[in-house]
Amino acid sequence: MHPTIDHYLLVAALLFAIGFFGVLLRRSILLIYMSLELMLNAVNIALIAFSRYNNSMDGSLFLFFTLTVAAAEVAVGLALIVALYRKKGGISVTDLTTLRSS
Amino acid sequence: MALFLLFGALAVVSGLAMVLSRDGVNAAMLMMVSFASTAALFVLLEAYFLAALQLLVYAGAIVVLFLFIIMLLNVKEGRIPAQKPWGLFVSFFSAALLLSGVAWLFMYFQHSGAVIGVEGPAPAESTVQAFSTAPKHFGYLLFSKYLLPMQCAGFLLLTAMVGVIHLRQKTTQRPLF
Repeated sequence: MHPTIDHYLLVAALLFAIGFFGVLLRRSILLIYMSLELMLNAVNIALIAFSRYNNSMDGSLFLFFTLTVAAAEVAVGLALIVALYRKKGGISVTDLTTLRSS
Repeated sequence: MALFLLFGALAVVSGLAMVLSRDGVNAAMLMMVSFASTAALFVLLEAYFLAALQLLVYAGAIVVLFLFIIMLLNVKEGRIPAQKPWGLFVSFFSAALLLSGVAWLFMYFQHSGAVIGVEGPAPAESTVQAFSTAPKHFGYLLFSKYLLPMQCAGFLLLTAMVGVIHLRQKTTQRPLF
């Protein structure tokens, strides 16, 4: 039995849900970032699967742009995390309560 | 099918272990395993060029950046307060809700007769480039149909570089936050 597009989409949906779970669960900003990368990666699987099974190049081309966005996001986000660490002394989301009405 | 099951299960299990792991370095390593299994799934989809790209950019550059920052900051996970049990329950419930929503969408499309897969209407051959693994076709499409998005992507990378350089400067006069 050959894997069909449904199998690939199932893996993509599972990975996306796991990434979403991680974003909600973790308190460390770094791990939230990693979970976000996992979600982007899951969408990449779905893009390639659609591209392959619809016999079109467009989905594969889109992977280039998601890769670019992911790389730029990681670079800027990690620089922001380092700046936050210098300022607050921690990278937990519980350090970011400036806007909370006490 | 066996290879698909192996790599799909590896991607999902290592992703789950990454989300649940207590240590940052372990999480980064598990993320690399997940990305490498995804690249293997791309190979199974016959997208060899994109699998190489995935390995280079994700499993290479991004994981190394994460490891670099984890080791630079040297944050002990114990200093970060753990999620409360109801928080675990709520996040698990939300993720399950998302997954069941996607599953319902699958069922809906399959039962309503709409097709999302192979059986879709074949696009006109003259306008759409058929699926190909050759880098030549990627380059051709990038510089013809997707010229403007490619320029925007390049500009985004330039913006990211300038932004990171600006963030790393000493901001004595103007506080950053």
